[in-house]
Amino acid sequence: MAVTKEALDTLARPERARWLQAIVDFTWQRPLGAIGAAIIIVMSVVALSAHLLAPFDALVTDYDAMLAAPNAKHWLGTDAYGRDVFSRVIFGSQTALIVGLGASFIGATIGALIGVASAYFGGRVDMIVQRIMDVLISFPLIILALAVVAILGTGVFNVVLAIAIPMIPRCARVVRSSALSVREMPYVDAARAAGFTDARIVLRHMLPNVMAPYLIMLTAFLGQAILLEASLSFLGLGVQEPVAAWGLMLRGAAVEFAETAPWMAIFPGVAISLAVFGFNLFGDSLRDALDPKLRTQ
Amino acid sequence: MTVYIVKRMLLMIPTLLGVAVLIFLLLRVVPGDVVEARYLGQGSQFTSQDLMDIERKKLGLDQPLWKQFTTWMWGIMRLDFGLSMWTGSPITEEIKLRFELSLQLAIMATVVATLLAIPLGILAAIKQDTWIDYAVRVFSIAGLAMPSFWLGILMILVMLIVFKWLPPMVFTSFWVNPWDNLAQLIWPALAVGYRYSAVATRMMRSAMLEVLREDYIRTARAKGLWLKLILSRHAMKNAMLPVITVVGLEFAFLLGGLVVTEQVFNLNGLGLLFVEAISRRDYTLTQALVLIVAAVFIFVNFATDIAYAWLDPRIRYR
Repeated sequence: MAVTKEALDTLARPERARWLQAIVDFTWQRPLGAIGAAIIIVMSVVALSAHLLAPFDALVTDYDAMLAAPNAKHWLGTDAYGRDVFSRVIFGSQTALIVGLGASFIGATIGALIGVASAYFGGRVDMIVQRIMDVLISFPLIILALAVVAILGTGVFNVVLAIAIPMIPRCARVVRSSALSVREMPYVDAARAAGFTDARIVLRHMLPNVMAPYLIMLTAFLGQAILLEASLSFLGLGVQEPVAAWGLMLRGAAVEFAETAPWMAIFPGVAISLAVFGFNLFGDSLRDALDPKLRTQ
Repeated sequence: MTVYIVKRMLLMIPTLLGVAVLIFLLLRVVPGDVVEARYLGQGSQFTSQDLMDIERKKLGLDQPLWKQFTTWMWGIMRLDFGLSMWTGSPITEEIKLRFELSLQLAIMATVVATLLAIPLGILAAIKQDTWIDYAVRVFSIAGLAMPSFWLGILMILVMLIVFKWLPPMVFTSFWVNPWDNLAQLIWPALAVGYRYSAVATRMMRSAMLEVLREDYIRTARAKGLWLKLILSRHAMKNAMLPVITVVGLEFAFLLGGLVVTEQVFNLNGLGLLFVEAISRRDYTLTQALVLIVAAVFIFVNFATDIAYAWLDPRIRYR
């Protein structure tokens, strides 16, 4: 009787319960990944409801409370213009997420497309594409990003592009190596025999089968993109004042008044580290889960 | 093997040529040139078009692109990088001053990173899935998460507030005064080295885990060999291979990619020179810097591949 009831329960269990179970399993097996996911979720909620959570407008200056130490009104103190650091950290999460998600999505997707196409066509096309990727990879990440910013100019969207471009060859290379084995699969031959176009085979048949390396690269990029955005903004070549961005908050006055107002230099850095930490923890666990070769026994 | 080496060396040439073409074109797509940066940048509206044209002619900027490129390439082939468009002094001189600092910092950071990564990676691998393993992994992921420039700011803050002391801010060569030199460079080296150790630690851990599952390790244990001996003689040597690659590639990036850390510690290295050069539209200097950094990277890449084949007799290249 009990068995039957249990079986019935399983059958009747709604869709939601099943993915709830999946989440519980993931949390149990990969506690670090779950911590990372929790950080990402909190950060996303904060970013989405920044206008509700932040006690002050991120841009409003208060010249009576310049460089105020953390107090009951300004929890994390104020900056050199009297802007509330806590509110700016909260609004900064929006910039970090937009740039991080945008850059890694664009970079990984274009990279994956190039990688798969290069593996599919093979021969001379592959050879030429790989040489071009070699050239792009020989630029240090930040140098290529700087060069792109110099051409396009600063601002959020240009920063997204500047960070995405150096990521393209890195993703292309990894995805290509997986796509090489996918190309040998019988279903690709079948698709070719059925007379499908190259574009259709690449997009519909091969791309879905390199999802694992694609997702791994995407999540690995997320943290890096947030870091790179912070570095560019810190140099004054990324997001521009008065937009609230963590790297920007560490620039200029934060260093100048570091001794008297250390809160300006500490909290945005904590925010960057925590965000990247979360993405890296989650990305690592995802890689372990998706890549059987790297899975630890 | 010899054929493979020669083939790989020849393949470096088109890659470098690609880098040269790319940076050459990229720079010329950027709006503005060195003449504009110099005369219009300071807000003087009195500069006449004629004067600017004369300046451009002097720098060879009036030449067609292909001619500028071949002139530059011809110079490179004779190892002559030409003159900086901004200062007018030879680029070799400009770079030589900064190169010493960047090279030393890169070496020091590599030493810090290796000293951290190898023992931590081995420890985490032997104690896999215990709290030690978790602690090492969290420590290394934290290293990847913290921007090294922020770590630098924190270090300066702590030294300033707690110890009321600041490292020297002017660079002295190691050969002139090693003490002052190290007192200045050890901090950026620690900040960068920690971050860089994170990558290497993770690599060391996973390589070690893989090696520990090999048959020859089981054989060594079966014949009752001391664990320490197995680790140092058998496992470590083989696990080092991928770590060498990571360390090598990071080293190449450290030479030119420490733009932000150099800014924080007020160091006049190659990274800062690059930012200056690009904002001044100093074409010749930027080109030379990019080409040097890329060449180092490509060479290190090549060298680690060769080292791989050398160290692991199972790897054979065509």
